[in-house]
Amino acid sequence: MNNPTTVKILKFHTEKCKNCLECEKACSQVHFKTKDGGEKSAIRIIKTENGYRMHVCDHRGLCLDMCPVGALSRRKNGIVWLDVDTCIGCQACVGFCPIGAMRKADVRIEPFKCISCGACVRACPEKALELVETKIADIQEVVYHKLGV
Amino acid sequence: MVEGQIAIEEYKTGNTEHTWDLQQIKSAHKVLTTFSYKKGQVTKGYANRTLYVNLNTGVISEKPVTDEMKKMFTGGRGFGLKLMWDSIKPTTRWDSPENELLITTGPLCGATEYAGSGKSLCLSVSPSTNIICDCNVGGFFGPYLKFAGFDALEIQGKAKQDVVVVIDGEKGTVTIETAPLEETNTHVLSDQLTHMFATENTDKSRQKVSVVSSGTAAEHSYWGCLNFSFYDIRRKVPRIKQAGRGGLGTVLRDKKIKALVVKVERFDGVSNHPADPITLANVGTKLHREIRNLDRYQCNMRAVGTGHLVEIMDAYDLLPTENYRFGSFPKASKIYSPKFYELFTKIIPDGCWHGCTMACAKTVDGYTVMTGPYKGEKVTVDGPEYETIGACSNMSIWDPLWILEFNFYCDTYGIDTISAGTATAFYMEMYEYGILNKERCDGLELCFGNADAALTLLHRIAQGDSGEFIKVAAKGARRVKDWIIQNGWGEKQLVEDAGMESKGLEFSEYVTKESLAMQGGYGLTLKGPQHDEAWLIFMDMVNNAIPTFQMKAEALHYFPMWRTWFGLNGLCKLPWNDVEPANNAESSEPSKVPEHVQNYVEYQNAMTGWNVTKEDLIAQSERCYNWQRAMNVWLGRGQRKDDWIPFRAMGPVTEMEYVSRKERYDKYLVEKLGKAQKDVDKMTVQEKLTILYEFRRNQYQKLSDAVYYRRGWTQNGIPTPQKMKQLGFSDKKMLKMLQDKIDDDEKKGLNVWGGIYGKGEQPPITEKRYWEKWK
Repeated sequence: MNNPTTVKILKFHTEKCKNCLECEKACSQVHFKTKDGGEKSAIRIIKTENGYRMHVCDHRGLCLDMCPVGALSRRKNGIVWLDVDTCIGCQACVGFCPIGAMRKADVRIEPFKCISCGACVRACPEKALELVETKIADIQEVVYHKLGV
Repeated sequence: MVEGQIAIEEYKTGNTEHTWDLQQIKSAHKVLTTFSYKKGQVTKGYANRTLYVNLNTGVISEKPVTDEMKKMFTGGRGFGLKLMWDSIKPTTRWDSPENELLITTGPLCGATEYAGSGKSLCLSVSPSTNIICDCNVGGFFGPYLKFAGFDALEIQGKAKQDVVVVIDGEKGTVTIETAPLEETNTHVLSDQLTHMFATENTDKSRQKVSVVSSGTAAEHSYWGCLNFSFYDIRRKVPRIKQAGRGGLGTVLRDKKIKALVVKVERFDGVSNHPADPITLANVGTKLHREIRNLDRYQCNMRAVGTGHLVEIMDAYDLLPTENYRFGSFPKASKIYSPKFYELFTKIIPDGCWHGCTMACAKTVDGYTVMTGPYKGEKVTVDGPEYETIGACSNMSIWDPLWILEFNFYCDTYGIDTISAGTATAFYMEMYEYGILNKERCDGLELCFGNADAALTLLHRIAQGDSGEFIKVAAKGARRVKDWIIQNGWGEKQLVEDAGMESKGLEFSEYVTKESLAMQGGYGLTLKGPQHDEAWLIFMDMVNNAIPTFQMKAEALHYFPMWRTWFGLNGLCKLPWNDVEPANNAESSEPSKVPEHVQNYVEYQNAMTGWNVTKEDLIAQSERCYNWQRAMNVWLGRGQRKDDWIPFRAMGPVTEMEYVSRKERYDKYLVEKLGKAQKDVDKMTVQEKLTILYEFRRNQYQKLSDAVYYRRGWTQNGIPTPQKMKQLGFSDKKMLKMLQDKIDDDEKKGLNVWGGIYGKGEQPPITEKRYWEKWK
């Protein structure tokens, strides 16, 4: 099998963002068929002292080795994908994501995450978001182990 | 290259691949009985019915779980005790047809969100102890049993020929089928059955099957264990966890059960239909994060499993070496956890149930077997865990590869590594003294460190060897003690005090000589000397946090009750205190890990919809704990004489042991016994041993007095009817049985304290029949 070598990940232009949260609404539409945004969005815009920052999965794939049932895999296009039908809702990936980008909404047991679909990019009126092709080798990470004692 | 992130289908173990003619094997099955049931939904953690299978009559039926049963027994081990009480007799022994083998779950069993929620609790009358033995075990069977529709599986009777019992949660059927052609040994059998019963030829489908099996050695030994499988989609093998203690695998094979198989259609984190799934997921995620952040700085379970304990135990003189004569050894660093870390397969989820991020279930893949019938095969070895490593250090085996070999064969032959290791270490000590020798051991040179001989013993047991020694050795240390004494080969006291068993069960792998509370933790137990009721060594010996008898008794009340609670719910204990919140040391009672106790309160409430407090959790346990002790009384044991432990657990038995820790013991004689240093200097080692023996035996009796009183028992260790009523029990048969026993003890003069109390000391209470006042 040919493993993917690149993946598209989101890039955020903070200076353009006006916090309209259209990106979150578009994202929750993708995942939960609602424009609620917020808890139901895989991308979150967070206010900081100097403006805004984006909080979203960067497809480093640390969660891949956490899934006991194989619900997480890297797809042909390089993204880390959660297969909801296979997922058993153990939250291991949620608990172990180092940046908290694997999310869980109260409405269902299975988590959800960014799938680099571009809905948020298209929804952003300020063009503050873009998808950037990145080498997987540069970002991938695996579950830590303390090597020996 | 980054290790890890390997696509599941590309993952390779390097194991020898087998192909079986499964159709031929399956076509030899003859279905003896089929039972169809209505598939149901688990609600708030309960399937609300149990499954009864009788192998004599072929009767299969459902029993309802009542609200009263939930209230009094909670679930899991509690349900097991209740079902056994209703089905066996006081004369039932392990091989009686009416003896039962129970596999139970518990209301929290099968949740995926909180680490360690997949334990099954197994119960039976044990061949080693003749009382009820309960064992907790991981693997998928328990959760799948519940999701297939049952809170417990209760098997009575014996089949005439080898059978498998298949619970098909997809179709809603239970069948008893003959199984003549399958292998008996687990690593082959569970692979065959997993492939045979998977609905589709996919790994995902195989992962929905779980098998309980034992092996050929269980047929000839009292050490038989139950292997619970959990199919690993990466390694593509059914891995196994053991219900090891007390010979439950022996009971399985005595019933001519080759295996139990369960399969489910589907399940997820809300298949238990918790009352409050949101809280459940939040509490679970909180713990996952804690494990992620802290495990590497605390126990390092995710990297090496329980094997991290080896170096700690060695450092504190607690690692059993040469049959517990010593607690550390110069060669011990050869088996420290980094040595096993080199061998373990890394960076894949190693929980024995889904969602357990504690992930202590390590394996060595592609291990080349060195001896016996599978020599040359490359296999996955599940483990070794600390206890297995300790069992080997006890035999003075210091080579990780031989430890793996011992681990592999114990597992596949279906015997308990702890009992086999501890007992063999005792045989080795007897060999060293010449009490046993090559001739008496049927040609085996059982000296300390002879790993090859230890393995040959296993192979010969598995083959059903008819040698006198092999046959008695396979029944464990207690029977070998009797055999040696009968033959007049060794001094009785030495044999009794060196063989590490109590109630007929071998000790697990901790040296308890310097911790009185831990001696109680091993001796004042329900099923025998194991460490799942209490582990107080550090609290007692290192931190000196419980100096008085009363404080030790309180610890020997609280911790056994608390630890029992996990077994009522289908949980693993490890996530309670093998990872601790960062600020745990600043909490009011760090040894109890208060924040985690609160997690469990929230967890049980979120699952069941109850409104319990942490005190209620202890009350749940206290009911079942007392009930089990009362059942032991009913079966003719469960009293002071049965709580005896060998002196090797309390102090030095031989001069060599004394001399090896002379400074410690001399100091003890001065500080604790008030001897003058100059007198101590003049004494012979034998004199010092005698004084220490008398003193420590009496300490243990005083501890027993304090513990019995704290637990609400008589001076002879019998749960009182008054205590049982306080706990809410009104079962007339039970209350009368206990009263009759107490009256009988009164006639025999057994209602007296065991300790000898000197000036200024007194027993827990001076009034004789103190319990009669209790309301």
